[in-house]
Amino acid sequence: MNAAMMLAPRTGGLAALALVVSLAPLTFPNAYFYDVAVNALFNAVVCVGLNLLVGYGGQISLGHAGFFALGAYGSAILTGTYGVPPVAALAASAAAVGALAFVVGRPILRLKGHYLAMATLGIGIIIHIVLKTESQVTGGPDGIGVDAFTVLGLAVAGDKAWYWVGAGLLVFAVWISLNLIDSPMGRALRAVHGSEVGAEVVGVDTGRYKVLVFTLSAVFASVVGSLFAHKNGFITPDIGSFFRSIELVTMVVLGGMASTFGAVVGAVILTLLPQLLASFEDYEAMVLGGIMMGTMIFMPKGLLPSLRAALKRRRAAA
Amino acid sequence: MWIRKLGGAALAAIGAIGMSTAAVAAEPVRIGAFLSATGPASFLGEPEKKTLEMYVERLNKDGGVLGRKIELVVYDDGGAPDKAATFAKRLIQNDGVDIIIGGSTTGTSMAAIKVVEPAGVPFISLAGGIDIIEPVKKWVFKTPHTDRMAAEKVFADMKKRGLTKIAMISEDAGFGKSGHAQSLKVAPSYGVEIVADETYSPKDPDVTAQLTKIKNTAGVQAVFNFGFGQGPAVVTKNYKQLGFSVPLYQSHGVASKDFIKLAGDAAEGVRLPAAGQVVAEQLPATDPQKPVVMAFKKDYETAFKSDVSTFAGHAYDGLQMALAAIKRANSTDKAKVRDEIEKTSGYVGTGGLVSMSADDHMGLTLSAFHMVEIQKGDWVLAD
Amino acid sequence: MFAEFLQYVFAGLTSGAIYALAGLGFAIIYNASHVINFAQGEFIMIGGMSTATMVAAGIPLPVAAAAAVLVTMLVGVALEKFAVEPAKGADVTAIVIITIGASIFLRGAAQVVWDKEFHALPAFSGETPIAVLGATLMPQSVWVVGVSMAVIALLWWFFNRTLFGKAMLATSFNRLAAQLVGIGVKKVLMVSFALSAMLGAVGGIVVTPITFTNYEAGIMLGLKGFSAAVLGGLGNGLGAIVGGLVVGIAEALASGYLSSAYKDAIAFVIILLVLFFMPSGLFGKKGTDRV
Repeated sequence: MNAAMMLAPRTGGLAALALVVSLAPLTFPNAYFYDVAVNALFNAVVCVGLNLLVGYGGQISLGHAGFFALGAYGSAILTGTYGVPPVAALAASAAAVGALAFVVGRPILRLKGHYLAMATLGIGIIIHIVLKTESQVTGGPDGIGVDAFTVLGLAVAGDKAWYWVGAGLLVFAVWISLNLIDSPMGRALRAVHGSEVGAEVVGVDTGRYKVLVFTLSAVFASVVGSLFAHKNGFITPDIGSFFRSIELVTMVVLGGMASTFGAVVGAVILTLLPQLLASFEDYEAMVLGGIMMGTMIFMPKGLLPSLRAALKRRRAAA
Repeated sequence: MWIRKLGGAALAAIGAIGMSTAAVAAEPVRIGAFLSATGPASFLGEPEKKTLEMYVERLNKDGGVLGRKIELVVYDDGGAPDKAATFAKRLIQNDGVDIIIGGSTTGTSMAAIKVVEPAGVPFISLAGGIDIIEPVKKWVFKTPHTDRMAAEKVFADMKKRGLTKIAMISEDAGFGKSGHAQSLKVAPSYGVEIVADETYSPKDPDVTAQLTKIKNTAGVQAVFNFGFGQGPAVVTKNYKQLGFSVPLYQSHGVASKDFIKLAGDAAEGVRLPAAGQVVAEQLPATDPQKPVVMAFKKDYETAFKSDVSTFAGHAYDGLQMALAAIKRANSTDKAKVRDEIEKTSGYVGTGGLVSMSADDHMGLTLSAFHMVEIQKGDWVLAD
Repeated sequence: MFAEFLQYVFAGLTSGAIYALAGLGFAIIYNASHVINFAQGEFIMIGGMSTATMVAAGIPLPVAAAAAVLVTMLVGVALEKFAVEPAKGADVTAIVIITIGASIFLRGAAQVVWDKEFHALPAFSGETPIAVLGATLMPQSVWVVGVSMAVIALLWWFFNRTLFGKAMLATSFNRLAAQLVGIGVKKVLMVSFALSAMLGAVGGIVVTPITFTNYEAGIMLGLKGFSAAVLGGLGNGLGAIVGGLVVGIAEALASGYLSSAYKDAIAFVIILLVLFFMPSGLFGKKGTDRV
């Protein structure tokens, strides 16, 4: 099977992904590798959701870490303070975050370009400040402990168990994303990205679709946030900081906008990078910044689409 | 197919890093550290890192410990707790360290505790928050004084001077928030009433608005600022600008020469609790801490050409206590080393006299703090 | 009561003038290229850090300040030449990532070139507070506001009275038409980065005696500057200045009268509300999309 075909959705991309995530652990020598892998998987799920908004809908969000943090804190507080079962807490948090995104989505998504960036950034920062300030509830800047994730009395314990949770979730998220893109909603979204006015002229209710995909991506972030809180056992408001939001968007763009697998690749690379660069010490920031600039200068469409185009060119030449 | 190849290559690269550390021969004693060498707490993490590196190198020149070399693995968590947790895992699982020193901030330490406790690795934190050791956790110790002790020391001094109605202004980040909460808790037992309570963000360019509010509160007899970094220097400058006539107290978070440099003349008359380290020369010759702090000050300042801070001292104390425990245990067996750290008794460090026990994993008393006042750009003992 | 209010306004003006300078830097680059330069805060940091270290080394302040402005402008031009120009034609989000990458790179470089400690500069004309109607003002705050105004006046003259400045304005209105009448768009782009870097550096130098500086000092100022520029309406210089002052004063009044813990949040709530009702900011051009 050739590489370009493999990556085309519906012809095996999902199967390839499932294969990769099931075989990857064979190369992990110890639990630390699992830990990094789980973080990569979690980030990948958030990015698959964010890519629907940024990549396909063409709407930037610099506040998604806020939704992630709300999911995490929702689960932490509901399970820790009120004794709600983790699954119910996860669902309740996701529902609340979805409702919030739906409500703020309408006025915000009327904004365009950098104004939208500013508004989403503002929402993310406000969430971050509330989490930091309301220390009676959230534990304040020093964070809050979170209990283990239990389903029907069974705890998801250890990095290996979490790896399979993350892997399953990622395959599921990619499946949703691929199907959504080919659905009427996906086509409407792409029309919005191409030309919003054009889409409206042919009768697409652009506002509705934008709000729906914004809400959906927020729910993705919230669910992962809840799981992250249980997995880490300890969270601080900084998981919802402006930098985390930037990091998430960078993952999507670096991997390749409007490419579900690109978002996955971007998330994996940017999660591994700091671990690889840990030995560079003081030069870590320069290397990271350099990579970000270099990728975007030489592959402005992101890693995966650029590589795919290069593959196609080579095949055409051959 | 190349997704797999790419993934494989990345993993192989991580593997190679893992291998290179595992391949060191002759079983050295492995000390792991995760510190905030960059980020908002870098003024804590950076001197801590330098101190650990300097002393490990020196000890290795003198033959190491138990006849084995010491290998130091340091990671920079940038002040991010989730990164700290991952690095703690990396130290334990991948680098196989025997003991962990680190956690420049309370947040990073707390996140790492979730990893070190179940793994059963001795951990000496360098952060102030009282939550780290209260309730006592089997594997977790810490070297610096707690924020509660700082608050107690300040309130005791206020009580002595007859100041009972005070205002607080604290930074809304980890250190200031936690210090603020502890202050509210202990104030009543010193008969101190907090009549105004304001906050600021660590990077605010100006806090005169908050201070004006305090100034207009009736009956304020003193102001207490809990924070670290440049924030307290901004507070101190604005305090002078507004012409306050009541005394200003700072926390131990500013006990470094940098604070005096930043705040300049405005720092005159500011009082704060500080460890013996900052007033090394002024300690009476009879003070058992004197030779220790003088020696550390000389080592640090000749090596790095910059003023020693108490934060560097926390790392020094952590390393000394860890090595002493390893020596007493005569092995790097984690359980034995843990037991020996808990038995630390009468250790004279830069932070004070340390005597730990099963229900005190810090081992410092209030006497470890000195009240100092800033006069003519230098610290002067005030108690 | 009034003295109290005046004190809050002074506090707001000091912060606001700094935000305005940062916001203006965003506006100039945006006008020339429709790029949001997230490394604008780093210009402020580089200006402050170079001056502080040079003064500490014994170089007189005016010389150090001039050298620092020059260094920062060189960095700005290099950024344009090596990172923004090669990426021309790229998607807006790609350019956002490039400038964010640049800001991370510059921060990393600063911690290697200098260090991670805070640096201070002595106030330009002493630290004796000036009393005004019961409130007090530091001489350095007067410097900040005064220098900001001088720089803004200079820019106004440049854009309205010099040929090149007018050419830059023309480019911002219609790039293609400008090119057709022989305006070198490349040159315009480079000058816009040099000017923004200069603005940043000047801002960094005048605020360092008040706020101090370290390698991370640009992050917060960059963020506030971006807020100011968007609030005022992107690409509108006057808007950026007003936006900066509004954010600064809103923060000061919020911490004075409402809650200091929520002052940053309140500033963002105001920005959000403004955007809800005026989707192109306070002074932004009403966007008409060409289909």
